[in-house]
Amino acid sequence: MNNLIPFWFIVIAVLWTGFFILEGFDFGVGMLHDLVGGDDAGRRAAINTIGPLWDGNEVWLIVAAAAMFAAFPGWYATMFSAYYLPLVLLLAALIVRGVAFEYRGKRDAASWRRTWDVLLTVGSLLAPLLIGVALGGILYGLPINSAGNYTGSFPDLFPPYALFTGVTLVAVCALHGATFLCLKTTGDMHQRARQLARYIAPVACALVIGFAIWTHVTHTNTFFLNPIELLAILAAIAALWLVYAHRDGWAFTATTVTIASCIVAIFTGLYPNVMASTTSAANNLTVRGTASGPYALKVMTVVVIVLLPVVLLYQAWTYYVFRRRVSKAEFEPASPPSTPPGPRRPAVTPDGATPPARHGT
Amino acid sequence: MNVDLARIQFAFTSINHFFFVPVTIGLAFLTALLQTAWYRTKLEEYLRLTRFFGTLLVINVAIGVVTGLVQEFQFGMDWGAYSRLVGNVFGAPLAMEGLGAFFLESTFLGLWLFGWDKLPKRVHLWTIWLVAFGSAFSALFILAANSWMQHPVGYVMVNGKPQLNDIWALFTNPVFIWGYAKVLFASLTTGAVVMLAVSAWQLRHRGDRAVFTRSALMSLILLVPAILFTMLIGDELGVVEGKYQPMKIAAAEAQWTTCQPCSFSLFQIGGGNNDHTPTKIIEVPHLLSLLATNHWNGKVVGMTPLQNQYAAKYGPGNYVPNVFIQYWGMRTMAYLGVVVLLIALWGLWHSWRRTLATSRGFLWVAVWGAILPFLMNTAGWLLTESGRQPWIVQGIMLTKNGISPTLSTTWLWISLIGFILLYGILGTVDLLLMLRYSREQLPPARAPDQADQPVAAIQY
Repeated sequence: MNNLIPFWFIVIAVLWTGFFILEGFDFGVGMLHDLVGGDDAGRRAAINTIGPLWDGNEVWLIVAAAAMFAAFPGWYATMFSAYYLPLVLLLAALIVRGVAFEYRGKRDAASWRRTWDVLLTVGSLLAPLLIGVALGGILYGLPINSAGNYTGSFPDLFPPYALFTGVTLVAVCALHGATFLCLKTTGDMHQRARQLARYIAPVACALVIGFAIWTHVTHTNTFFLNPIELLAILAAIAALWLVYAHRDGWAFTATTVTIASCIVAIFTGLYPNVMASTTSAANNLTVRGTASGPYALKVMTVVVIVLLPVVLLYQAWTYYVFRRRVSKAEFEPASPPSTPPGPRRPAVTPDGATPPARHGT
Repeated sequence: MNVDLARIQFAFTSINHFFFVPVTIGLAFLTALLQTAWYRTKLEEYLRLTRFFGTLLVINVAIGVVTGLVQEFQFGMDWGAYSRLVGNVFGAPLAMEGLGAFFLESTFLGLWLFGWDKLPKRVHLWTIWLVAFGSAFSALFILAANSWMQHPVGYVMVNGKPQLNDIWALFTNPVFIWGYAKVLFASLTTGAVVMLAVSAWQLRHRGDRAVFTRSALMSLILLVPAILFTMLIGDELGVVEGKYQPMKIAAAEAQWTTCQPCSFSLFQIGGGNNDHTPTKIIEVPHLLSLLATNHWNGKVVGMTPLQNQYAAKYGPGNYVPNVFIQYWGMRTMAYLGVVVLLIALWGLWHSWRRTLATSRGFLWVAVWGAILPFLMNTAGWLLTESGRQPWIVQGIMLTKNGISPTLSTTWLWISLIGFILLYGILGTVDLLLMLRYSREQLPPARAPDQADQPVAAIQY
């Protein structure tokens, strides 16, 4: 029965990893939509590449937090009350970003749209930064007393390693978003997405290499990097190479592996702790010290084993349904359609055959 | 001080969250019904209505989802000691909610919005039903968690901590069963009243009579049973809570002394926690006995004997909730429920007389009636949550002991003011958008020769 405790640590690591793989490119698209879009129609097209997907992706965060609450209440309580103000800011960023998608197109005024564009960009940048700071911080350690409570002040939440983790995740999300946009756009937007990926890739690659090494020295004294840290470095280098080689599909795969291995590296470094204490190693919060009772874990195990595959299945189906590229021409202001509306949109090539005009309500 | 700030913040964010939730649940079901009507009858009017009300639904879902995230985080942020003590039991339904409901709701909402021209009609119809089920499931799990705080079941105490030992007990908890049924019907009521109000405004100000008479009639037909069941179930919920939380019900009648049989006062002057002898106006004999116990001569134990009993059992302290909130919360809910029922019956009468689209008096009342369910929902939650005080979990933990121990007052002030500003601004934007889109002219029907073409997707 005790095996369920490490199992639940893995489940939580998987949920956070899934969140960053999926919402990572949503954050990236949010940060870059203005640069890739160019004009209003382009910005709308960029937003609509993640339109049907972002909401379902964000649920991974909700489930990750709820799973921590259910399986490791002590971890959830200490971490969330320690990061009180950063989480308030994170919630504000996620709220503003979420309604920006929905409300941006609901009025035509240019100032209205610009406001939501700015909020979407800032929110998408702040969210991975703040989550990165928190995930880095629990590995590096916070002042935690023997009762498991945070005793530090506000600046103690930002040790250099944690800030570096946040910055790394922002860069990796931006690159992940750029490679995603390469796969989902056409014409000049596609060109700009590739160009942006080329600018971001060297920075992200350098940051990931630094992050992998710094993560390693933060949690252990051994010399050699562990396989997952190595994988992060290799995937980042591969992403850099593939971006410059214009292999869009493989570049996206490489950024997916990069972002996943960065998150997994934090969690493997953490185990068997869930939060390190800088006050005394005896005060470290551990998986066993913070876990729920065996019955609760058993119930939750059944639930996750039954439901998570179903969720993965229908989310995968969603990605299949919305596999086509989004073209800017769909969002051009009402010019008479050059082709009569057809029953099915023709498949669009990356270089941009124009589909029939469609309009939202 | 810290406890007060954290409580105000939780109350503020929950009340705001629950403005959007019942609209989402109710409108999701109504939109699904409209789309089903279109699927079955092929009448273009139903398609236009589906798209029209679907847009209103989406404006609400966005803000409902993100304000829900705040609720989930606040347990750990503000109520750390509580989370640590009860996470073992309380966390399980929350995690199930995410896995079983939120994923369903948000994934299929994306499919519904963007899938109009990509999915076969039948599959597309299913997506809106799954959104509706997803939103109803999410209420199921959170109500199971909340009911456990009202009436803890399915646990054993191990080293002073409640440990889950029977998950089914959480879902067969009588407080949960009646509470969940009530929330479902209250959400349907809210959705139907909103749909009625929008249709009424359109009938008063725009020309699409044929279309909006349909939606007005549909909401009226749903509204009558919805509000009736809301009230009947609410009454039974009162009996159940009276059994497990007698203080809550005694406070709802400002009943300090034990009575048998007990009368129900329509109004009172004075009252509150310090005035034990308010002037009660128009007392209906036996009614409180009926409401609280289902018996003509039922006994209701007063707050003073309950206070003495609790003090003897749990130690010295004040176990009386805010009596003013209880008394008036209960009455606001009940009286406004009657008003909503009367509006619905009035509308049905007009419909029967075939004057629904032209009776300006009724349409005016129906438009403004949109405010009522929001007042009722808020009053109902105040009654439930404030009535649980001073407990955070009835009989297990006091609210004042649940707070995160090392939070600074400054942090709490910053977050409280931040949330008030953010919700204030976004709430206003949401309201203005809702009003704007409620008043939008219905897009014209498609030409008959296009009726077989796929319908365009709704995009951002």
